[in-house]
Amino acid sequence: MQEFLQQLVNGIAIGSIYALIALGYTMVYGILRFVNFAHGDVFMVGAFFGLFAAGWIGASAGANGPAAVVVVFLAAMFGAAVLGVILERFAYKPVRGQPRLNALITAIGVSLFLENAGILIFGADPKTFPELLPPANYSVGGVKISSTQVMTLAGSCLLMLGLNFVVYRTRIGKAMRAVSFSRDAASLMGIPTDRVITATFALGSALAAAAGVLFSMSYPRLDPLMGVMQGLKAFVAAVLGGIGNIPGAVVGGLVLGLAETLVSGYLSSTYRDAIAFVLLIVILIVKPSGLLGRAVSEKV
Amino acid sequence: MSELAPERFLPLPTRLLRFGLGLAVIVLLQQFVLPGINPYFARILILAEINVILAVSLNLINGFAGQFSLGHAGFMAIGGYVSAAFAVSAGPAVLAVLGASPEAPGPAPSFIVLCLGLILGALVAAITGLLIGIPTLRLKGDYLAIATLGFGEIIRVVIQNTEAVGGARGFINIPTYAGFFAVTLFMVLTLAVHWNLVHSRHGRALLAVREDEIAAEAMGVPTTRYKVLAFSIGAAFAGVGGSLFAHYNGGLHPNTFTFLKSIEVVIMVVLGGMGSITGSILAALLLTAMPELLRPIKEYRMVIYSLLLIVLMITRPQGIFGLGEFDPARLLWWRRARGAR
Amino acid sequence: MSRLLELRQVTMAFGGLKALTGVDLQLAAGELVGLIGPNGAGKTTVFNVITGVYRPTEGTIAFQGEEISGSAPHAIAERGIARTFQNIRLFQHLSVLDNVRIACHLRARNGLLASVFRTPGHAREERAMWQEAERLLDLLSLGQFAGTRATMLPYGLQRRLEIARALATRPKLLLLDEPAAGMNDTETEDLMHLVRRIRSEFGLTVLLVEHDMRFVMGICERIAVLDYGVKIAEGTPEEIRRDPKVIEAYLGQEVPHA
Ligand SMILES: Nc1ncnc2c1ncn2[C@@H]1O[C@H](COP(=O)(O)OP(=O)(O)O)[C@@H](O)[C@H]1O
Ligand SMILES: [Mg+2]
Repeated sequence: MQEFLQQLVNGIAIGSIYALIALGYTMVYGILRFVNFAHGDVFMVGAFFGLFAAGWIGASAGANGPAAVVVVFLAAMFGAAVLGVILERFAYKPVRGQPRLNALITAIGVSLFLENAGILIFGADPKTFPELLPPANYSVGGVKISSTQVMTLAGSCLLMLGLNFVVYRTRIGKAMRAVSFSRDAASLMGIPTDRVITATFALGSALAAAAGVLFSMSYPRLDPLMGVMQGLKAFVAAVLGGIGNIPGAVVGGLVLGLAETLVSGYLSSTYRDAIAFVLLIVILIVKPSGLLGRAVSEKV
Repeated sequence: MSELAPERFLPLPTRLLRFGLGLAVIVLLQQFVLPGINPYFARILILAEINVILAVSLNLINGFAGQFSLGHAGFMAIGGYVSAAFAVSAGPAVLAVLGASPEAPGPAPSFIVLCLGLILGALVAAITGLLIGIPTLRLKGDYLAIATLGFGEIIRVVIQNTEAVGGARGFINIPTYAGFFAVTLFMVLTLAVHWNLVHSRHGRALLAVREDEIAAEAMGVPTTRYKVLAFSIGAAFAGVGGSLFAHYNGGLHPNTFTFLKSIEVVIMVVLGGMGSITGSILAALLLTAMPELLRPIKEYRMVIYSLLLIVLMITRPQGIFGLGEFDPARLLWWRRARGAR
Repeated sequence: MSRLLELRQVTMAFGGLKALTGVDLQLAAGELVGLIGPNGAGKTTVFNVITGVYRPTEGTIAFQGEEISGSAPHAIAERGIARTFQNIRLFQHLSVLDNVRIACHLRARNGLLASVFRTPGHAREERAMWQEAERLLDLLSLGQFAGTRATMLPYGLQRRLEIARALATRPKLLLLDEPAAGMNDTETEDLMHLVRRIRSEFGLTVLLVEHDMRFVMGICERIAVLDYGVKIAEGTPEEIRRDPKVIEAYLGQEVPHA
């Protein structure tokens, strides 16, 4: 039982990171019906921005106040948001009118570009992320929770609440929901769809960067290809919950995180990386619209 | 596919003659030209030919049938591993039956083992393609792409965990039965099969599926059957490419078959033009040679490559060679017409 | 006269929206019947349930006495029902000839291996499909555009190509969804002659949806009227023109006048 609770905690921790990345996929998909294949690489770049920020402010082994942590997060999120906007403007916007697969291939190109530019700039060998928080383990009824796990859970809850506020309580959020419902109608109503799209990319990229920093705090080895697998898994999480559906991304991320830790804890850890894809295929076959999604049919 | 008139039936003797001539040309090249060229270039040439097989077979799925698959590396891996396992486990027995020694079997017996393994590998890949295709091909566009990517990754993880074929350490000491002759022969056969298939009512049915599934159904095209068909045939030939690779390279590693390999082949198809066999050939040759040409600026190679892909999508989404077949005669005419001005 | 098509109590619901409610419709072999109604009345939906694009929520559809609802669209096409689409759905990147040749697919027998090995049987079938496609294109005066890409055709010719393509499946029943939409008066006039002509030449039964009342009244022997998914009237053009329910349904829209 205790072991199971331990797995549960670990699963929720990694699952909330998946959820943060999945939110970016889902928001962009909701608005553009487009899978931003490079989103996982934005996560990677975000983690590196965090690393640099930590270096600049001289953050080192455990001796950091909360201010340092906040600065690292804000810097990474801001940098990634700018990157997301640049990618959207120069790579995705020009292919917007074209068939959807062209956009997908462009995104694959962007993904390859970020990875290889990353190798060129950051180097291919892993970098170590400094310990932002003093390492500590809390024990709750025999279940161990590390300080980074607490940070991960608290951070992602905060960010999701923030996102919830932006999407449901602000003008831009309202515009996002309108565009996601129907881009044409929204644009006829005078909503500046281009600006909404830009904002969506910025928001999604910032969340991915936050996930990148949180991930690096738990798994402190950064390399330019670290976003590939995490990105794919987060995409799976988005599809699992119902792509285009914001609560769905969170549910999908948690389900995936739990499934991974439970399966690798109880069955076989070597198949860990295949679990996401097995889940993906099962959901696509059983309920392609995802756990929380609604089916749409094509009009003839 | 706008031919000018329906094709005529070629009598059997004519075809046998053509086949024999083709074979003779390959043998002559192997005997007299290949020894003359730098082994490094020969290797690139052979890898390029294998990539031609992969690109053309993926084009059948992605370009002709319009079903965007990102799982080609998985089928290639299946073909490679199955045929390598066959050669290692059953190969010696087959050679014994043929009266050849396993150490130095000679060209003919080793070719026979290669063919058997290759057919087995292609078959297993095709059956896997069928099993994967039936449930996933109901999905469209991005969803299909990601689902096939998922299957490709699952195949790789399964191989990684199969100790019998070397697991994560890789499969080593595969007999190198495939050289220039075998690879070229199978490439030409692959091209012939795809060309004939595409220029028939079946090929047009695939195009109809790509263009508009609802209209295709309404005109009596069983779209699901054709999608699955294209998927399994494409998978089978990816298996052919994989087994040639295994027997040329002499070793296999699961990390060769990540989805990056699939993406590499997709890029060949896209660059050559969706639904253009000649385009796929040219793109596969070009893209295999390019990394070598760019070797002096090695670090920037992949960055340039990815930028090219993005720029290509923005400026020329139909691929460098367009949707139609590349026609040298038209090119000549075009040049002459320009020269006359 | 034998019954070719029979819809009995067909209901089609999309979520909460009932696009069709208990529709009955019968077609005898050789008839030319019109289906009219205001926009959104459910006319295209009738075509979609007949051709198997949607499976009706309730009710049955019989073709030549056999139940077809629930069959795949391609199987229904094989039985002999062909259609055109209101929003033109040609195979856009393909040539005019190939658009028609694809529809010939249905009646050809050369198998996959025959094509891969280029057998004499394959060559024969391919030649036959080619000739049939050319014949149909000539019949619809599209012969000169055989090599043109479908999307390059002017709108009116695209509608005609849709008809040629449907004919290539060798149907018994032809469903035309707003064939005259976007055509000028002379084109509409030509189309009337064309529909009459292909009907007699191919021995077809035709069901057509059209908003152009002169076209419908001028060509149809019988007309059924849909409104909000319900069949509100059926009869000869004369009867329909005088039917108060029809006039009411069209009130505020274009009134069907002589
Ligand atoms: N696939 C579908 N999903 C949801 N509603 C549909 C679908 N197809 C048609 N409808 C609805 O059914 C009604 C009838 O549509 P339709 O048959 O196209 O009308 P008509 O052809 O008479 O103009 C419309 O309200 C339309 O919006
Ligand atoms: Mg309609």
